[in-house]
Amino acid sequence: MQSTNAKSKMNCQRRKFIGRAGAAAAMLTLAPGVRLVDLALARPADEPASDKVRWGMLVDATKCAQGCTECVDACNEEFGLEGMGRPKTDAQYIRKIDLKDKTTGKRYSLPMLCQHCETAPCVDVCPTGASFRRVDGIVLVDKHICIGCRYCMMACPFKARSFIHENLTNQVPEAPRGKGTVESCTFCVHRVDRDREPACVEACTRAGHEALVFGDMNDPGSGLSQRLRELPNRQIRADLGLNSGVRYHGV
Amino acid sequence: MRAAPAVLSWTLICATGWMALAAADTPMPTPPRGKGEQCVEATDVMRRDHMRFLTHQRDETMHRGIRTQKHSLVECLECHTRKDTQGQFLPVNAEGEFCDVCHDYSGVTMDCFECHATTPRQPKPASARSSAELGSDISFRLRITP
Amino acid sequence: MRSVRYQTLAGQSGGYWILLAVLAVLVAMGYAAAHYMEVNGHYVTGMSNQIVWGTPHVFAVFLIVAASGALNTASISSVFGKSDYKSLARLSALLSVALLVGGLIVLVLDLGRPERLIVAMTYYNFKSIFAWNIFLYIGFLLVVAIYLWMMFEPRMNKFGKSAGTVAFIWRFVLTTGTGSIFGFLVARQAYDAAIMAPLFIIMSLSFGTAIFLLVLIAAFEWTGRPLDDDILRRLKNLLAIFVSAVLYMTLAYHLTNLYATEHHGVERFILLDGGVYTTMFWLFQVILGGVVPLVILFSPTLSRTRGALIAASILVVIGGLAQVYVIIIGAQAFPLVLFPGMEENSTFFDGAVNSYTPSAPEILLGIGGIALALLIAVVAMRVLPFLPERLGEQPSATSEPVAAEAAAG
Repeated sequence: MQSTNAKSKMNCQRRKFIGRAGAAAAMLTLAPGVRLVDLALARPADEPASDKVRWGMLVDATKCAQGCTECVDACNEEFGLEGMGRPKTDAQYIRKIDLKDKTTGKRYSLPMLCQHCETAPCVDVCPTGASFRRVDGIVLVDKHICIGCRYCMMACPFKARSFIHENLTNQVPEAPRGKGTVESCTFCVHRVDRDREPACVEACTRAGHEALVFGDMNDPGSGLSQRLRELPNRQIRADLGLNSGVRYHGV
Repeated sequence: MRAAPAVLSWTLICATGWMALAAADTPMPTPPRGKGEQCVEATDVMRRDHMRFLTHQRDETMHRGIRTQKHSLVECLECHTRKDTQGQFLPVNAEGEFCDVCHDYSGVTMDCFECHATTPRQPKPASARSSAELGSDISFRLRITP
Repeated sequence: MRSVRYQTLAGQSGGYWILLAVLAVLVAMGYAAAHYMEVNGHYVTGMSNQIVWGTPHVFAVFLIVAASGALNTASISSVFGKSDYKSLARLSALLSVALLVGGLIVLVLDLGRPERLIVAMTYYNFKSIFAWNIFLYIGFLLVVAIYLWMMFEPRMNKFGKSAGTVAFIWRFVLTTGTGSIFGFLVARQAYDAAIMAPLFIIMSLSFGTAIFLLVLIAAFEWTGRPLDDDILRRLKNLLAIFVSAVLYMTLAYHLTNLYATEHHGVERFILLDGGVYTTMFWLFQVILGGVVPLVILFSPTLSRTRGALIAASILVVIGGLAQVYVIIIGAQAFPLVLFPGMEENSTFFDGAVNSYTPSAPEILLGIGGIALALLIAVVAMRVLPFLPERLGEQPSATSEPVAAEAAAG
């Protein structure tokens, strides 16, 4: 008994060591500023998400190109979100919003997605607790206990949620979704748990815009934290005091 | 009154015997074999407790972010889905496929696949054949190859 | 103390069976509509990712709110000791249960996964007002059922006042909960207002009294029971006060919003250029559902006729539905403001007024809920003696001051 315990502990430590060594190696090889994920926080599959981490994102609207929908397309591909040709009921986890200042006429373009609030109104109002916030800050819907009341959609200040209005088939293995439940951006939790970036961030970087930065807001050394310190940024509907996990620069 | 235990035990013995006899000629479901030698647990354990494992894993993954593969539904698909003649995966709940065979036999409705994928991620099929057609194809093939 | 004799409906007449049949058909159609929505998914309705709560919620909230108000007559008799109302307490309690059940059924059948109702009963998030409401609704049904038992069982009559008091308090909490569903929604321009809870309470008194009056008159006239005009006159005065109070609270709500520049957009939308919602508000809610009934109820000549009283009550019900429609759907039609001072544009209808047309299944489901409430009442009156044989055999000594009754509400 004891020996197996010790062995598994050793295994665990060895894994952590390998992870950290790998992270250090990655740090050396990556150019500064071009960060993938916070590899130092890589965790084994059997370890739960940690409350030491707060996943977050920075949207740099100055780099977000008008008319570009790379992030949206990548998201749709990742989650198998196929439009039914009914825009009013089709699900959108991330969408591009074009803004025009009513006074000055200045235009902005930026993606809007679940803001993964610290005190999320959707989590507060959900009667069954299906809408919940994981300890690492990712707001999710447990579709197994979602009854489809849509109160969270009424409560969300960002219109980040969609209701599944029809029967679905051919879902993607990592993204179960079905009629009568509510869903929204998961920060690609299935990727994040495996130390990969969300699909939208990856796509934006691949397209050369680098308008999206993902990382751990609690780790002062993370690329995200560095950028958040460098660039003036704000929360959308900051007046509500929700401490959102998605911050915007340049709007 | 004293006869009661005796009556009871005789009843039990007879009932057991009868069930054993009945079981001998009861047709049993024969789901298609999965990949590999053995599932993640013993077959009789899986048969009885697969939903317990899945439900436990579901909560661990959903709420705590634990991504072990042993009891993951996605991993079930890896071993228990088969391909048709054109190399396309068949839905695991399609007629004659792994989940369907026993669930059809026992009359237990599954609602897992209202949301969950029924195949591993696969490229879009070239021909626009519905999964229902594919399903009937394979069951035909199954019947002629025991 | 005068003794009141209660009698079940004979339930033999052709009219009774026709009424039952009509209500049953409406209930069946409502259920079929819900089934159709559930099998296909909500895309077959007018609801969308923009208007997430539609016509079923209008009917459900209206019925739930009215349920609480329908108990008013019973409360006045038990809690405030107005014996003139005592003989109507059973009907009042029955109606409140029936309306609540009708409303809840509509609410449940509109869920995305109605078959998971058990989940809503077993998993609770106690920060959610919805979760509280599940307790409040079920508790209300229990409390009123006990209250009815106390009234029906002569040996238990002595507890009637206590049970009535519990029910009276419970329904205030319940309607506070219903109003808070909207009042606590900080994100939406039209909600996020503490006044929602008292507004809903006063709405409940108004809608509930109107429905009670209609059922009372129908039940007595169709069964040939003598109905004294004195009690109707008192209920009429009560209704007039409630209707005025709803208008006053509506005024207070909009004035408060109008003072805050932040809310000018949504106020402009509802009051001026919101199209169907503006019409709903002014024509149906304020004029037909408020001003006209008040004119009728306060007019010395009109208010004497029973027909005018019926018309006023029907108008209050229509105005109430319009009011709930504006509160629920009008508020969602107005876009969320994410970037004040900016024009917003997206494929997800940001910055755009959201369109919504009620679909047939939604309307049928809502009407089915009303029909179910009435069906419960009609069947219950046939099975148990809810109705007094006659009303006002002895004219009451003096007419109570109206203000005292209003305070009771």
